[in-house]
Amino acid sequence: MRDLFTIALIWSTVRLATPLILAALGGLFSERSGIINIALEGKMLAGAFTAAAVTYAADSKLHLGAASPWLGLLAGMSAGIFIAAIYAIVCIRYKADQVVSGTAINILMFGLPAFLSGAFFLSSGSTPQIPRDRLIPFTPLVIAILLLMLTGICWYVLYRTPFGLRLRSVGENPEAADAAGVSVSRIRYAGVLIAGALAGIGGAYLSIGQSSLFTRNMTSGRGFIALAALIFGKWRPVQTLLACLLFGFTEAVSIQMQGAIKLPAFFATLLRQTPGDDIPIQFIQMVPYLLTIIVLAGFIGSSRPPRALGIPYQKEK
Amino acid sequence: MSQALLECADIQKSFGGVPVLKGITLDLQPGTVTALAGENGAGKSTLMKILYGMQAPDEGVMKVFGNEVHFAKPTDAIALGIGMVHQHFMLVSTMTVAENIVLGAEPGSEVALDLNKASTNIRKLSEEFKLAVNPHAVIEHLSVGQQQRVELLKALYRQARVLILDEPTAVLTPQEVDEFFAILRGMRQQGKTVVIITHKLSEVLAISDEVTVMRDGRVVGQVATKDTNAAELARMMVGREVLLRVEKPDADVGTTGLLVKNLSVSTSDGSKRVNGVSFEVRKGEILGIAGVEGNGQTELIEALAGLVTPAHLTGEIRLEGRDITRVDARSRRELGIAHIPEDRHRRGLLLDFSLAENSILGVHYRKPVVSTAGIFLDNQAIRKRAAQIIEDFDVRPTNQELPARALSGGNQQKLIIGREFDLRPKLLLVSQPTRGVDIGAIEFIHRKLVALRDEGCAVLLVSAELEEVTALADRLLIIHEGRIVGDVDPKVATIEEIGLLMTGGH
Repeated sequence: MRDLFTIALIWSTVRLATPLILAALGGLFSERSGIINIALEGKMLAGAFTAAAVTYAADSKLHLGAASPWLGLLAGMSAGIFIAAIYAIVCIRYKADQVVSGTAINILMFGLPAFLSGAFFLSSGSTPQIPRDRLIPFTPLVIAILLLMLTGICWYVLYRTPFGLRLRSVGENPEAADAAGVSVSRIRYAGVLIAGALAGIGGAYLSIGQSSLFTRNMTSGRGFIALAALIFGKWRPVQTLLACLLFGFTEAVSIQMQGAIKLPAFFATLLRQTPGDDIPIQFIQMVPYLLTIIVLAGFIGSSRPPRALGIPYQKEK
Repeated sequence: MSQALLECADIQKSFGGVPVLKGITLDLQPGTVTALAGENGAGKSTLMKILYGMQAPDEGVMKVFGNEVHFAKPTDAIALGIGMVHQHFMLVSTMTVAENIVLGAEPGSEVALDLNKASTNIRKLSEEFKLAVNPHAVIEHLSVGQQQRVELLKALYRQARVLILDEPTAVLTPQEVDEFFAILRGMRQQGKTVVIITHKLSEVLAISDEVTVMRDGRVVGQVATKDTNAAELARMMVGREVLLRVEKPDADVGTTGLLVKNLSVSTSDGSKRVNGVSFEVRKGEILGIAGVEGNGQTELIEALAGLVTPAHLTGEIRLEGRDITRVDARSRRELGIAHIPEDRHRRGLLLDFSLAENSILGVHYRKPVVSTAGIFLDNQAIRKRAAQIIEDFDVRPTNQELPARALSGGNQQKLIIGREFDLRPKLLLVSQPTRGVDIGAIEFIHRKLVALRDEGCAVLLVSAELEEVTALADRLLIIHEGRIVGDVDPKVATIEEIGLLMTGGH
C-alpha cells in the first residue's frame, strides 16, 4: 500500500489533472458570464481530434517536423473556439436553452470525429499514431508551472481588470451591467470563446500530450468532471485548480490501485469472486466519476452559482 | 427663463401600433427638482427610458443645452450627464460598493483596474453630497437606504447633471425618506437637476419645485408645486375627482374573530421571525400592523393563513374560539379565512393562466366550480362566477380569457380581492393591498375593505404605507423584529411617533 504514494503519483496527478484544469478554467469564464458550460466535453473532443489530425498531417504530409505539435495545439484551440462560437451564437444571439444546445453539441462532437476520421484516415474513430518525438514535449514540471501561471492569470483577469469586473457583473446581474453601459452580449461572447479556447487546448493535450493519437470518445466525460470541479471550486480560479487536482489525484490513485489492492472477503462474496482476487478494474475506474456525482449532488459544501447562470438576457421585458 | 438643461419636444412612441406617448413636451432647468406624476400606464417610465437612451422615440426632438441629441444606448445619455436610479436597484449584490460604482466606467487601464483611485473619488463624492457609505462594503450587506445611496453615487461618479429617480421612496422607511429628501435638496443646491417619478402625492408636494402630470401618454398639467395641492394633482392624474381621505364610520365592533396567543414563527434555519406575539381581531374592525418590511409581518400573515409548517410554529391561533393552530390552509379557507397576499405574483396569481382560471384558485375543488360528479370543472359555472367578480370589482379589461399577466397591477389586485371576498370570509388577512396600484384603484380597494368590515368581518391589515394603515385601521399595532412594540390609536398617534416605534425607538 505504501509504495502507492510516490513522486510518480504526483506527476501522474499533474498529467491527469491538466486537461481538467484547462477546461475548468475556461468554463469558469463562460459560467461567470452567465452561460452554462455543459458543452465543455464537446469542445474538448473537438480540440483533441483536430489537434491529433493536424499534428499527424503536419508531420507526415507537410514534413514540418518539431513544429507539428504546436500547429496541432493551435488547431485544437481553434477547433474549441469554433465550436464555442456556434454555441455562443445559439445561446446568446438566439437565446436557446443552454443545457439543451450544449448537450446537442456534445452529441455532435461524439459522432463527428468518427465520421471525419473515416473520411480522412479510413479508420473508424481514431487518428493514426503520431511518433513520440512529435508530441508536446513538456515535462510534468513545466506543465505544472504553466498551469500555476495560467491560474494566476485567470485570477488576475477576473478580479483585477475592468474586463473581469464586467464579466462577473454580467453573470450576476446583467440588467445592472446593461444599465451601467456594459454590453452584456459582447462580454458573454468573450467568456464563451475563452472557454472554447482553453477547453480546446485541454482536449489537444489529451491527444498529443498524454497519448499519441485521438481515439473515439477519448475525453470519456472529462468535460463533465471539469464542470464538477468548477462547481466544487465555487467558480473561483484557485479553488477550481485545487478541485481539478483532487480529481486528477483520484484518477491517478485509481490507476495505481489496479492490481495493487485485493478484494475484501465481503465484496468478493457479493461479486461471486474469490477473496484475494484483484478488485475488478471497472470498479476502480469508477472512483473519479463517483466523486463527480457526489460533488455535483452538493454533498460537499454549498456553493452559490452566478445568479444569472443559464438565463438568456432579454433587454426588454 | 434660463437655458434648459434638457428639453424634449413632441416625443412620440408606440409599441406594436399602440401609442404610449402621444407628444410629450418637457423642459428641465438646472438646480430644480421636477416631479413626474401619473398613474401606472400613463407613460412615465417609457418617457424616462427615452431620456436615458434605453429606447428611441418614434418622433420628436431631444436637446441637451440647446443641442439636439440622439441616444442609441444608455452610455450616450450617461456621456451627456444624464443619470438614472431605477426603481429596482441596478446593483450586483455580490460585489463591493466601489466595484458597482465604477462598473462600465472603470478607472485605470484595460489591464489593471485601479480600485484605490476609485475609492478615493467615491469618498470625495460621499462627502460633497453627504452620501455616507463605505466603498469596500459588499452590496448585499447594506440596508436598502444605503443601496440607494450607492445608486446615487454611481450616477454622480459619472458626472450626472440630470438625475432621474424612478419611484425612489417605495422601499424606504419614513425616516429614510426624510434623509433622502435632504440629500436631494443638497443636490439641487449644487445645481443638479432632479427628476423624481412618483405616485405619492405627499412626496410630490414635499420635495419638488415643479410638477408635470401625465395621463394616458400626454402631459395633462405642468404647475409650480407651490401653486397646487394634493386634490388638484389627484384630479389631474386620474381625470376625475378622487377621494383621498378614507371615509369610514366608527367601527361597530363585535365578538372576537381571531385570537393569537404567544405566537412564534421560526424559519428552517432556526431563526425566530415572529417572537411571542399576542393580539385579537374583533369582528367589524380593521386591525392594522405597521412596521418596516422584513420585521416578521410576512411570516405572521403566512402563519395565520396556514402557509407555515406546524413544526415552525409555537403558540395558539383561534378563529371564533376554535383552535386552528394545526389546521391546514385549505381547511382554514373553508372555516372562513381569506388571504390577500403581499406578493400577488408569487402567492396570488398564476400569471400565465386566464382570469377565469385565476378566479377559481382556492375553490377549484368544490362546488360550484366543480360539477356534481366531483371530477370535472364546470366551465359554464366558472365563467359565470368570474364574470361576476370582474363586474363587481371593476377589473379591466373584462375579457376573462386574457392571461393575468396582461393586466395592470391594480387590476390584478382587484381580481384577487374579488376572489377572496367571494369566500364571504369571517377573517380577512390582507398584506400591502395597494402596492403598485393606481390612485383610482386605491380608492376603490379602500372602500371595499371598509365595506367588508362593516359587514362584520374581522380584518387584519399589514401595510408598509403608513398613511394607508393609519387611515384604514381602527386599532394599530407596531411590529419590530418580530415583536409587537406598540399599540396605538391611529386617530391620535402621529406619523413621527409611529415611525419611531417602527425603527425600534421608544
